[in-house]
Amino acid sequence: MSKNTVSDRFRKVDVDEYDENKFVDEDDVGENQGGPDEAEVDGLLRQGNLNGALHAVLKNPPLNTKNHNAKERAELLVVRVLSSFKSSDIEKAVGSLDKADVDLLMKYIYRGFEKPSDNSSAVLLQWHEKALAVGGVGSIIRVLTTRKTV
Amino acid sequence: MSLCSFGVEPLSCHAWNKDRTQIALSPNNNIVNIFEKKGKEWVKIHELTEHTERITGIDWAPESNRIVTCASDRNAYVWSLKDEVWKPTLVLVRINRAATCVKWSPLENKFALGSGARLISVCYFEEENDWWLSKHIKKPLRSTILSLDWHPNNILLAAGSADFSCRVFSAYIKDIEDKPGPTAWGTKMPFGELMLEHKDSDGCGWVHSVSFSASGDQLAWVAHSSISVADAAKGKEVTHLTTDYLPLLSVLFVGPTEIVAAGHDCCPFQYTYKGPGALEFVKKLDMPKQSSKTTTSAMQHFRNLDKKATEEDSTKLDTLHQNSITQLCIVSGDKAKVEKYSSVGLDGAMVIWEFKEDLEMSSRKGRGLLIIFGVVLMTLFAAFLFSAVEPYHTPRHTEHTLVDSPRISR
Repeated sequence: MSKNTVSDRFRKVDVDEYDENKFVDEDDVGENQGGPDEAEVDGLLRQGNLNGALHAVLKNPPLNTKNHNAKERAELLVVRVLSSFKSSDIEKAVGSLDKADVDLLMKYIYRGFEKPSDNSSAVLLQWHEKALAVGGVGSIIRVLTTRKTV
Repeated sequence: MSLCSFGVEPLSCHAWNKDRTQIALSPNNNIVNIFEKKGKEWVKIHELTEHTERITGIDWAPESNRIVTCASDRNAYVWSLKDEVWKPTLVLVRINRAATCVKWSPLENKFALGSGARLISVCYFEEENDWWLSKHIKKPLRSTILSLDWHPNNILLAAGSADFSCRVFSAYIKDIEDKPGPTAWGTKMPFGELMLEHKDSDGCGWVHSVSFSASGDQLAWVAHSSISVADAAKGKEVTHLTTDYLPLLSVLFVGPTEIVAAGHDCCPFQYTYKGPGALEFVKKLDMPKQSSKTTTSAMQHFRNLDKKATEEDSTKLDTLHQNSITQLCIVSGDKAKVEKYSSVGLDGAMVIWEFKEDLEMSSRKGRGLLIIFGVVLMTLFAAFLFSAVEPYHTPRHTEHTLVDSPRISR
């Protein structure tokens, strides 16, 4: 038999990496992209200032970093804040956000759907309904088409 | 608004002839059908079959009466009408992927073809050898071209592409035309020169459609979740508006500041652009008819409840189009003032819409003018009254003058 049938390492090569026509996204690494400040959000949650915690957790989204840990941490923090709201307060809280924040909230919600835990899906669904009422289908389209995932 | 259904197949693309009596369209296959309006009906008069794959673009040049078609079979044909028969001429576009869109230039001496081969083919007719040649624009396109539009000066070409950017290129071919004068987009315009490149920072999706304004100074484009306008007259500043609707697939400038866009929401929307930073949504242009509740028998009512758990039996959409609108085209008027435009969609229907300028605004101005006119009239009338009435009120004055006047002789 010929020599090259012995090894099958060639099957594990990612051919797309070597394609010279491959589309490369521009990477601009933002500086303040480490994710929301945990300490600040914790403090606001303990005080019971839920609206403040929501605004704080939507700051500095880890959009541009490739650091998966930062994204995981941000996501867990957001889900924690969202779960601590009462159902009746959700609508008002969403109303206090501006357009860009509603889009960002939608991104976090869909990210939260990816890894469901305990009761998170039910809570996220309630938030999804209220955010959809404000952002419209456009906000979901932006979640699907964005190149910078949170 | 008038709707005409051309079957159940989606209509991929359409084009009108010069006097809008004939329409060329393709029902999602490799054939172009030309229909002529006879009375109230559209009758098929020609069938153009040369392509082997699905037709992706049709454009009809009004003055020279030529049709250019492009398809997924990597070919484009230019059709000319000879003795009541359309004869095709193959164009050497030299692409190795499907063609996606095609547009005649304003002077109809060349056309641009977008393709999945990440290049734009600008084709022109060479008299010596009696064939169509093409020149390619490759850099810096990174993905499929989804839409094209020509600038009124016949040189600049806008291209929307799947690499999330909208670009303006120069398509100046020195063999067939003179050097262009400077425009707001730039002064040096060799072939393939990039005049504008705009990539959405948030990666708002593919640029589905582009449209220059009538003057050519503004360029509007729609992406997956936004509509944007670049203004060359104001330093190529880009104004961006994110939409709350499903993606828009086609955009058209219908006036100096008015834009109509339509897409997966099956309904045209009107936007207005007044300057950098002033791009806003005006209204939906499809007034959904309030569906009259037909009286259904009690039996029908309960049967529906039983079978479908719903009282109504309607799956129709409120809008005229029952599926996404894929292409908008001007029917009457020109980009500076469009009176009618047409839309085709995935439901196989073609709808002709009338575009009316915002009636409220015009009547408000009219009313204002009327008021001013009325006031002027009133003051004139009052002045006249006073001058006529005065002699009565001061008779002594006149008597005196009469007495003193030299005419009365004692």
